[in-house]
Amino acid sequence: MIRTVGLTRHFTRNKTTIEAVAGLDLEIAAGELVAFLGPNGAGKSTTLRMLTTLIAPTSGSAEVAGYDVVRDRAAVRRSIGYVGQGNAAGHQFRGRDEIYCQARAHGLSRSVAKERTAALLDAFDLSQHADVPVARLSGGQRRRLDVAIGLVQQPPVLFLDEPSTGLDPQNRVNLQEQVRRLNTDLGTTIVLTTHYLEEADALAGRVIVVDHGRVIADDTAAALKSALGDLIAMEFTDVEAAGAAAERADRVPGAQVRVQGSRVELRAAYGRDLAPGLVSDLAATGTPVARLEVVGPTLDDVFLDLTGRSLREAQQEADGTDPSAQSTTDQEVAA
Amino acid sequence: MTIEITAGPTPAEAMPVDRSLQTRPVGLLADIGNVLVRELRPILRQPASVLFAMVQPLVFLGLFAPLLPDTGEVSALQWFVPGIVAMTALMSASFTGANLSEEIISGSFERLLVSPVRRSALLIGKALREMVPLVLQTAVIVVVVTPFAFDLHLGGVLLGVVVLIPFSVGIGALSLALAVAAKEQAWVFWTVQQTVIFPLLLLAGVLLPIDGAPGWLQTAADLNPLTHIVTVERALFAGNYPVEDLIVGFGASLAVGLVGLLVGVRAMDRAD
Repeated sequence: MIRTVGLTRHFTRNKTTIEAVAGLDLEIAAGELVAFLGPNGAGKSTTLRMLTTLIAPTSGSAEVAGYDVVRDRAAVRRSIGYVGQGNAAGHQFRGRDEIYCQARAHGLSRSVAKERTAALLDAFDLSQHADVPVARLSGGQRRRLDVAIGLVQQPPVLFLDEPSTGLDPQNRVNLQEQVRRLNTDLGTTIVLTTHYLEEADALAGRVIVVDHGRVIADDTAAALKSALGDLIAMEFTDVEAAGAAAERADRVPGAQVRVQGSRVELRAAYGRDLAPGLVSDLAATGTPVARLEVVGPTLDDVFLDLTGRSLREAQQEADGTDPSAQSTTDQEVAA
Repeated sequence: MTIEITAGPTPAEAMPVDRSLQTRPVGLLADIGNVLVRELRPILRQPASVLFAMVQPLVFLGLFAPLLPDTGEVSALQWFVPGIVAMTALMSASFTGANLSEEIISGSFERLLVSPVRRSALLIGKALREMVPLVLQTAVIVVVVTPFAFDLHLGGVLLGVVVLIPFSVGIGALSLALAVAAKEQAWVFWTVQQTVIFPLLLLAGVLLPIDGAPGWLQTAADLNPLTHIVTVERALFAGNYPVEDLIVGFGASLAVGLVGLLVGVRAMDRAD
């Protein structure tokens, strides 16, 4: 459904050239739900803007729904839905008119456009708010309207740029649910960008981690995380028990073990599968586990592992704030 | 105790795509019509909104016109009103880019750029919208001044509006081009708009006659298309139809219209 070959985009600002997207090779099949994850300035939005024909690539090529994004812009535009970072509906216009206008732009007949508008308003619970200026709608209502406009011609591909930025948790969950349903019920290919780990984790079958304009990882969220291993945290009644348990834990292949007083932590691949055996072993040798916790790695751990910095640090870097003071104290604490 | 058993996710079958929803190419005129209808809806729902763009001309009409001395056979108001109509056309059309600035900032412009609507249709449809405020605003001015020392020649006024249409559309298109160039920085739009408008107005002899002007100013006025439009508007509003002035004035208006649309479409083609 989407294929890019060496897709590259440069921006020149103040006589310096910034490589926003550097040679992206990508293949996304029909029906996939893909999240581009990365800090601000990583090149996610620039990639999306090239795929949606908003800006032309500096070099390389991209095809969306079988059409070239430079040579066949019109066909690409007819094939996609796009939910940008801003609002799709003009603030001085009315929601109903904006959906209708978009439907007519896609060549739907007047009567079909009218029916489709009513159906979308209904599906997104907006019928009550369709006939007032968009400026008077709440943030969540506007976002639903944006998605409704993007779906007007049942596009085979839907792009969403930071869809849940600025939404409250409730609206964020609702939006994710709608996106997921669209993918499973209609088979719509969905590409979204996000800097929320939870969102990529909860939503996408495939996560493409982007940093400095390059893909640094491309896999399912589960695979990305399982490569890092799970954290098994065990508490014991006293320090001696913990010491004995740590010795036993150290024999788990590939495990990294840390002891803090009566607490033993180990990180190991497939830790959640190992934990039950480990716990019964320890009980048999007279050091029963008092409290057990098994935690899978977060995508934040993944980002940290891939780039050497946490997503939050990368974000601050991109936002121009200096994270060095913060990270020094973090390292001291870790040491 | 309750035991809940849930089946794992099953692969969903893709629903059949509704054929009637299938996107299809749209003709240029239908594209323009779609954009124009979208633009006109807010005006037609709230016609009073066109008054906001004519506050300045109305202030000149109320506070400046009474200062003008009556000369010869026509009243000062009769001379002044056609100029104010042209000023309103210029002001109102040149503000239109501000709406686009708002759309650029809020994001709806981006949606239109990604939609199948042709870039040229996007510009032309938005520029053609200016016809409607032009008609409404001219009507307001004529209604306001008719009880005073102003003789209404309806035929002339109507033809005067026709002459102004290409000018309004062209200025609207230039204003839109300016908004596209200014991108998110709305202040750039306002600075340029304000800098251009007043010299154009003064040089066109809208407020005071150019007749006694020094040579260089006279030349600048001759180069200003608005000068020729105001000249023909004055004749038409007085019920005269001088053919030569009509040709020159309408020609100037058409030239502004064409240049405006050309510049506007080019700017819109490059918008991202």
